[in-house]
Amino acid sequence: MTFVDRYPNAARVAKANLIVAFAALGIGGLFGTVQALHRTDVFRGFITSVQYYDVLTGHGVLLALVFTTFFLAGIYTWGVTRTLEREPENLTFTWSWFWMMTIGTVMAAVAILGGLVPGSSISAAVLYTFYPPLQGHPLFYIGATLLVVGSWLAGWDWFKSYWSWRAEHPDESIPLQTYMTLFTMLMWYLSSIGIALEMVVLLIPWSLGFVQNIDPILPRTLFWYTGHAIVYFWLLPAYFVWYSILPKLSGGRLFSDALTRIVFIFFLLLSTPIGFHHQYADPEIAIGYKMWAVVATLFIVLPSLITAFTVISSMEHGARQRGGSGYFSWMGALPWNRPAFVGCALAGIMFAAGGFSGIINASLNIDMLIHNTIWVPGHFHLTVGTAVALTFMAVTYWLLPQLTGRELKYNKMALAQPYTWFIGMTLMSNAMHREGLAGVPRRTAEPEYTGFAYEAPFGTMAEMKWQIAIGGVILFVSLVMFFVVIVASWRNGEKSGTIDDYLPPALSGPEQSPKILDNMKLWMGIAILLCILAYTLPLAEMVMDGLFYPGAPPSPV
Amino acid sequence: MHIHRFEKIWIGLSLFLIACFIGIVMYGFAVLDLKVPGIEESETVDPLTLHETEFAMPGTRQVGDNKYEVYMVARQFLFMPGTGQPLVLPEGAEVKFHVTSPDVLHGLHLAGTNVNVTVVPGQVSKFTTRFSEPGEYGMICHEYCGPAHHTMEGLIKVVPKSEFDSQYLVDASR
Repeated sequence: MTFVDRYPNAARVAKANLIVAFAALGIGGLFGTVQALHRTDVFRGFITSVQYYDVLTGHGVLLALVFTTFFLAGIYTWGVTRTLEREPENLTFTWSWFWMMTIGTVMAAVAILGGLVPGSSISAAVLYTFYPPLQGHPLFYIGATLLVVGSWLAGWDWFKSYWSWRAEHPDESIPLQTYMTLFTMLMWYLSSIGIALEMVVLLIPWSLGFVQNIDPILPRTLFWYTGHAIVYFWLLPAYFVWYSILPKLSGGRLFSDALTRIVFIFFLLLSTPIGFHHQYADPEIAIGYKMWAVVATLFIVLPSLITAFTVISSMEHGARQRGGSGYFSWMGALPWNRPAFVGCALAGIMFAAGGFSGIINASLNIDMLIHNTIWVPGHFHLTVGTAVALTFMAVTYWLLPQLTGRELKYNKMALAQPYTWFIGMTLMSNAMHREGLAGVPRRTAEPEYTGFAYEAPFGTMAEMKWQIAIGGVILFVSLVMFFVVIVASWRNGEKSGTIDDYLPPALSGPEQSPKILDNMKLWMGIAILLCILAYTLPLAEMVMDGLFYPGAPPSPV
Repeated sequence: MHIHRFEKIWIGLSLFLIACFIGIVMYGFAVLDLKVPGIEESETVDPLTLHETEFAMPGTRQVGDNKYEVYMVARQFLFMPGTGQPLVLPEGAEVKFHVTSPDVLHGLHLAGTNVNVTVVPGQVSKFTTRFSEPGEYGMICHEYCGPAHHTMEGLIKVVPKSEFDSQYLVDASR
């Protein structure tokens, strides 16, 4: 018996979400390789430099928004179902949020890909930040809004399961995976208000032509109100895997249930009121708000450092169970031959590196050296591009058999895949960081300029260019390997009745966690208060002179 | 709640590390004078009527002894001044920039330096800086601004004080 036998409906929902997630991953990943070759001028034959921005929009939206959201929906459906031991409450409702998200995704994708079709009147080369007055086709904004609203309903679905469970278990602590799901969604409800207001009140009416001009600073600020929390919306499902699954993959048990809950509370409290750190270089945000963002952003390093401790000590526990010993040599006893473990562990290592480059980004005046340079995508290809994406891919090797009842095929290729990703990303990301120090900008089709040359502080410009191009190609090879394994296992994997889906409880279990950690009203209340403190005054200043004033006319792209 | 002793030590060290990071930012402000946009008073301007403002005549004005102000318009896909002809500035002088855009978001980054600001239609980006050595600085638009974004560049040329004269200034009184 495994998950699919016990909960066939939830398994079907989870699989449907994974299919959309992986379709987005495939297209978005292909686009990324095209970009890596284009912007380094290694090969510019796939697209023109104007089309580069359509491809870049597709890459960002499909990977950062679609892949992540659908994977989250899939794995959280699995986690809530198995820990509450109940199928979704109402399948019609469940499938309606899935289809709402999918239709929204297709609409946005049509708008973006339309830009690649010669003579098409539909395009949306607005990048995934879609700052107005750059204007895309209304389909883009409406589709993206449907994706967000669908994700709200998905969260509602998990809350409904929780309330039904709670009625039958009035005194129990919330099971850990459900706890992580619900706290992720509380954070998302609070933070996605910004993007929802931006879309519904400002961008959709404007893109449909009901208003002519738009005041760019207000939508930009609303975007970043949501925009930083979005990165935690991607990251928390990876944390979910590292806390609840990785200890088992290592052969051990989670170190502490209580600290896991505390970490998720931290993310609920601090994810949203720090959006101004994306606007450090903006003129109209007063220095006081930026300073607050520095302090709060650096404090959000704390839950990640606690995570590093908890996850590594859980892995150490696993290694010692497997016969490891010594101060460091226990690491050799970890299951380095199991693809799911290897992917998660390598993702964690890359996340540590990405965390440190993120601390540079967070440090207001130091950030000025690299703000909007290619350093920044160098950073988030370590975080979302590896910590999140590689964890998702790796855990799929462990999860998919439970959802299909079929064993994984091509284990050796599955094992090589995370290592390949790690090598490709090491090449690409280190060079992106260093190019950023020389001032090479992000989001450009041709970073070379006629009037001046860059001076590389470390290495040479040529060496960095080749590392980015070769790294990008290696990442694509890794992606192809992932798809070969997944498609083959899904279709032709050997049917098995003995797929292990057991997850052991924490060493320091929920009975040792104080009740207050489960008090959602309290933590949500504090989180709302922090957002009100951080955002009321600056938003009021922007709104007071008129929602759409001072306005600039649209610039269609 | 039980928290392992090692974990308590780890959390203590983490908090210390975070305090150091915050301290470094503050040290940059207080001692090294590393400033960022947002320190100057914020100012809005109607992007549709820039021709009625100081931005109608972009360029450098002298406002005092060794003090200059530069009014710059960033637009699709050039900096005025800066693109085509370099913007010439004197070494060592205090230069205050005012930058805005009539169309879409742009960025202004002097490659390899910490002069880095977002340019937003409707807002005036202001910052004050000082070029301590003669030389050339590449100006990059670092915020995607449309299909020819990658062509938007300019140059700042810093010359010794003795070589800087009124031909590099605009006469705002005309």
